[in-house]
Amino acid sequence: MELSFVIEKFVLVTVIFLISLTIAAYSTLAERKIAAFLQGRVGPHRAGWGGMFQPLADGAKMFFKEEIIPTQSNPFLFIAGPSLALLTALIGSAVIPFGQALTIGDKVIPLQVADIDVGILYIFGVVSLGVYGIMIGGWASNNKFSLMGAVRAASQNISYEIGMGLSIIALLMVTGSLSLKTIAEQQSGFVNWNIWAQPLGFLVFITCAFAECNRTPFDLPESENELVGGYHTEYSGMKLGGFLFAEYINMFVSSAVMATLYFGGYNFPFMNDLGLSPNIITIIGVLFLFAKIFFFIFFFMWVRWTVPRFRYDQLMNLGWKVLIPLGIANIVLTGIWIVVKDIYFK
Amino acid sequence: MESLSNRKKVIEQKPMTFAERIYLPVILKGLAITFKHMFKKKATTFYPEELRPMSENWRGLHSLKRDENGKERCTACGLCALACPAEAITMIAAERKKGEEHLYREEKYAAVYEVNMLRCIFCGLCEEACPKEAIYLDGPFLEADYLRKDFIFGKDKLVEEPLKP
Repeated sequence: MELSFVIEKFVLVTVIFLISLTIAAYSTLAERKIAAFLQGRVGPHRAGWGGMFQPLADGAKMFFKEEIIPTQSNPFLFIAGPSLALLTALIGSAVIPFGQALTIGDKVIPLQVADIDVGILYIFGVVSLGVYGIMIGGWASNNKFSLMGAVRAASQNISYEIGMGLSIIALLMVTGSLSLKTIAEQQSGFVNWNIWAQPLGFLVFITCAFAECNRTPFDLPESENELVGGYHTEYSGMKLGGFLFAEYINMFVSSAVMATLYFGGYNFPFMNDLGLSPNIITIIGVLFLFAKIFFFIFFFMWVRWTVPRFRYDQLMNLGWKVLIPLGIANIVLTGIWIVVKDIYFK
Repeated sequence: MESLSNRKKVIEQKPMTFAERIYLPVILKGLAITFKHMFKKKATTFYPEELRPMSENWRGLHSLKRDENGKERCTACGLCALACPAEAITMIAAERKKGEEHLYREEKYAAVYEVNMLRCIFCGLCEEACPKEAIYLDGPFLEADYLRKDFIFGKDKLVEEPLKP
């Protein structure tokens, strides 16, 4: 464990941390601007050119607000809820390969914080832990409606994790490895992208990703806040900011995972034919990955302001009775296709 | 049962086709509609640089008028204060002295005339009640301010027209 390794990883972690926080902050602005444009109006445009400094204003507003902790609640759990939500949202970004390796001098720096052999499974574990943040927030509010909202949010979350897992199994059959770096490496160019191999799997995955991030049309936990209560009724100031921020960081990580698993990650068309130096290919790859991530974030917001939300029983019906059979059918079809390919297209 | 007018329409409740049940084609159509809106003209008015057009009878801030010779019309008769439903107008009358004939039309004038803009509802009853045609509500929109006392508009501050008409 030499010093240079520690420094390199530390710098990478800091950079990725800052990038995810900045993207989450500007996602709040993008949400408001895109919502406005889709609704025929102009969003925030007074704070800085085009409303650029609006997230700073919102952050400052959150910090200045009064921190209220209900008397009968458990103060430790009350503060732990949003902290846990933020923590699990941020550590999901540790296994995403942001690019191929950079070669500086004779040092090769991979642009991924931790290349573990079970990359996707780690992300699944982290997403499952995210449910705890919501449950603790709902319980610690000492409010029946918050608890009901949190219970519904948690049940929605765990139901759609199964659908995600099934689509990942089909993907695993195609790629043969769980490590995100291997999956990204196998999708070099354009025709090797997994979206061509697994369209149905991608459909199931993106539906479950919407449900995991609590975004419309599955935002019943959020909408209940407007109607009755919800897991963040009793929160104010930066703790509420923590919950909302955790949702945007979850969106960012989900977009990054979708881009890496199905859309080739940092690969772009004709990447090996242009004859550029490896470092330039890496940098352009990173830019392409962020373009894909931004497109997915735009897609999240586009769907939010178009589709009405599901009722709770319709949501559960979709998760258990539609997506799981679809996921299983996808696995069976993928298996048949692999066997047929082996026999006939050797 | 006979229908009175022929305007009723019987709704058909056919079972959904496969394409309708998977919701995806409808969602994609909806996404296309929403996306088109991004490129249409926006309906926002950029206040205060742009102003929305108001009708001719729109009532704005008060202004006490002067006649053709530049003398103030208001004689502090108090009819506007009596007519005001929100009791927003108060005044203190004074007598015109020897050298002030060019300033005031009649012998009685309003030395202090105050309108509390927080109470005023811009109904225009004071404009209708004035027998001297002295007060009109033809000013601009009321602007925001910080302290309550700054909203009591006195005679020289904002309730008066400029000195030379």
